[in-house]
Amino acid sequence: MLNFLFRRIAAGIATLVVALFLMFLLVDRAIDPLQDLIESTAPNKQQLIEQRIADLNLDVNVVVRFFQWFGDLLTGDLGTAWRSGRDVSSLLTHAIGSTLELVTAATFLAVILGVTVGIVSALRQYSAFDYIIIFLSFLLFSLPSFWVAVLLKQWAAIGFNDFLRDPVIAWPVIVGASLLVGLLWSLAIGGSPRRRVQVFGIATAANVALLAYIQLTGWWDRPQIGPVLLVVLGAGTAVAVVGVFAGLHNRRALWTALTVVALGTVLYFPMQVVFDSVVESNWLIAGLALLAAAVGYLVGRLYGGADWRLSAHTGAAVALVMGALTFVDQVLQVWGPYFKALGGRPIPTFGDRTPNLGGNYWVQTLDSFTHLALPTATLVLIAFASYTRYARSSMLEVMNQDYIRTARAKGLPERLVIVRHGFRNAMIPLATVVPIDIITLIGGAIITEAVFARPGMGQLFVRSLTDAEIEPVMAYLLVTAILAILANIIADIVYATIDPRIRLDA
Amino acid sequence: MSTPMTPPSGSPVDEHLENEIELKEVEGLSQGQIVRRRFFRHKGAILGLVMLGITTLLALTSVGVGPVPGWWQWTPYQTPSVVDAGRPSMSLPTWLGGSGFVIGDHPFGQDEIGRDIFARVMAGVQTSLMVMVVIGTVSAVIGIAVGAASGFFRGRSDTVLMRLTDLVITVPTIVIGAVIGKIAGGVSGLVFAIAMGLILWTTLARLVRGEFLSLREREFVDAARVAGASNLRIIFKHILPNAIGTVIVSVTLLMSSAILLETALSFLGFGIQQPEISLGQLINQYQQAFATRPWLFWWPGLFIVVIALSINFIGDGLRDAFDPRQKRIPSERKMAKAMEADGSAARANASTVRPADDVRNAGTGS
Repeated sequence: MLNFLFRRIAAGIATLVVALFLMFLLVDRAIDPLQDLIESTAPNKQQLIEQRIADLNLDVNVVVRFFQWFGDLLTGDLGTAWRSGRDVSSLLTHAIGSTLELVTAATFLAVILGVTVGIVSALRQYSAFDYIIIFLSFLLFSLPSFWVAVLLKQWAAIGFNDFLRDPVIAWPVIVGASLLVGLLWSLAIGGSPRRRVQVFGIATAANVALLAYIQLTGWWDRPQIGPVLLVVLGAGTAVAVVGVFAGLHNRRALWTALTVVALGTVLYFPMQVVFDSVVESNWLIAGLALLAAAVGYLVGRLYGGADWRLSAHTGAAVALVMGALTFVDQVLQVWGPYFKALGGRPIPTFGDRTPNLGGNYWVQTLDSFTHLALPTATLVLIAFASYTRYARSSMLEVMNQDYIRTARAKGLPERLVIVRHGFRNAMIPLATVVPIDIITLIGGAIITEAVFARPGMGQLFVRSLTDAEIEPVMAYLLVTAILAILANIIADIVYATIDPRIRLDA
Repeated sequence: MSTPMTPPSGSPVDEHLENEIELKEVEGLSQGQIVRRRFFRHKGAILGLVMLGITTLLALTSVGVGPVPGWWQWTPYQTPSVVDAGRPSMSLPTWLGGSGFVIGDHPFGQDEIGRDIFARVMAGVQTSLMVMVVIGTVSAVIGIAVGAASGFFRGRSDTVLMRLTDLVITVPTIVIGAVIGKIAGGVSGLVFAIAMGLILWTTLARLVRGEFLSLREREFVDAARVAGASNLRIIFKHILPNAIGTVIVSVTLLMSSAILLETALSFLGFGIQQPEISLGQLINQYQQAFATRPWLFWWPGLFIVVIALSINFIGDGLRDAFDPRQKRIPSERKMAKAMEADGSAARANASTVRPADDVRNAGTGS
């Protein structure tokens, strides 16, 4: 393992250096730092040009300049962006944070949504649902992301902000949308015609009820989760998680999940006081999330039984969801003042923070969320399509294997066959695709950031390339290349960890 | 399903039947005929082919190619006076809620200085199609050459060539594309497309290498070598035709991502520069006008989607056509009905056919 790591890292560093060298030559060829001076009409033009050539060492051969830059890099100096005179490392630090926020959010959402939809679509192969999903993924795959981004920006954001001014959905629209949702659910769950009708009815009714609740309680003016929704959503999640991963007949798992929901609801009230009295940070929230998962795990462990691990995992998952809901509730509690501070247009279309907003941790979090909404949606739309296709094809491949037939033949219930034998094995190829896809997403972030003017790495790259500053461009390339090489190594290691047939030492 | 015999009880009935249908269908046909048949069976692919054909024809004939003039009254660069604030003059037929079907002088509208959007979009479609074809050709040639050389000769040349592809993969395509596009985009669209082809060949090279690695161990290659064929002859006459399915499918999909890459780069300003017109560049140019003149923004995007979607569907059809494991699977309902009919016939002959089971398996695609 260590041997493998050393070899890969050494090869990676060699590739990195050569790639950086070639890119330096290319970038140097692509930019022209003298262009604005050559086009200028200043009387002392010649002198200015000579001045800049001397400043930027342009009379030195490009290869020599690469090694100067590379030498500086080894001492940890990324240079300065000459036009603005700012230090590249400080530019980069902020930019990386902004981009990572975006890419992480997009990856999470896209993987969860894409894999779920892809697997359901594979299980219903050649059904109407499957065809809809295939067509949808083709369509999303063919959408130019910049076009979608501009559309979202000019249409969705402005439309939604206008909607919030007078948040009333017409009843026919509510019923129509609910019928559509009901139809999708019944297609996705499938089964006998009677079951389909049942699912259709229940899903439509639930959707109408949800939208009616939101409409009638004036939810849009004071969006919150609150204890009531917390219980409903928590219990729903608990039943869903247990139903899929353990089976509702597994009483210990079910009780674990419901206990965790009850515990979370009881803790909701003291937590309000706690959140008011401490200074929050991302670390604290992450710590609390871990704590919640640990408590959930413990509850499952205490319920015991032969299969206590299953209950413990279920408990931890439900606890995480409860924690997340509480967190979202806290964030939404500052919605009112935030809404007012932004003049009633809470979905911004540019930047990654509202300047001079002030406010506590929750306001800042809400602010970053609203700024993330549109760029993330853009990235998710594109990535979702590819994850759906991966998940679908890999699940189809797995479900045709002999061990699935064996599992069915020995009488396992279909849920177990799908979750334990099918799903787990279908995840193997996906685990190797995700790290590499993240690199594609970082590339895709260039476009998203350009449209939404998020000051991330992509923006830095585009602006520096246009402004003929080579140092920030090279710093950007350095970061993406390192990430790409790491992603490939991680993909190999993940593959070897989850698939015992692969051995890295061989 | 007109199979006269039911297989003996106990064997996987549906699979056997399916294979038999498939074999019967392809009896006496050449590989090319089989592929063509399967492709034409794919409705999505045919639809894509038709859409792409219409788009290409429209783009080529309306504004003409190079010096040859087209039938459309405006060229992309003419600036007639702005009519009706540049609104599109095309309207839908009355049964679609419009005010009667007319095309008018400027069906897609005009921009702020009066240029005809239809002509500009058509010119953009031409550029995008040209870029797509050139990128596809260049990367196919390089990808096949590199993949074939490293897969066939293995050893040192393989290592060198694969390190070379690693090098290209290290940086996201759009980033290299931006840098190279900035160099080549200003020169001309053709140079830009060739330059893009020079960086997009890596996936294809890896796929071709994989194919070659497995095909070179097959008996027919040994036979060719014993018969005295040269390496080049083995590569091009014996192995490549067997790998052609992978190549065609992969090049098609590459072309659809190439068109998105080109438009994205032109949108960022690192692609095709004015006065040449590209769809991405049009969108970039008109994105500020979205609030006042949304039609400037809709049409170029719509055409990108149409082209990319058609190519993706064609690619899917080709993949199905070339995939030897591909079986024609009827819809669940048809399968159930056939099984029922078959089952009742079978019950008369053998006693242990399980219609319910077969139907379920057919649904999950085993």
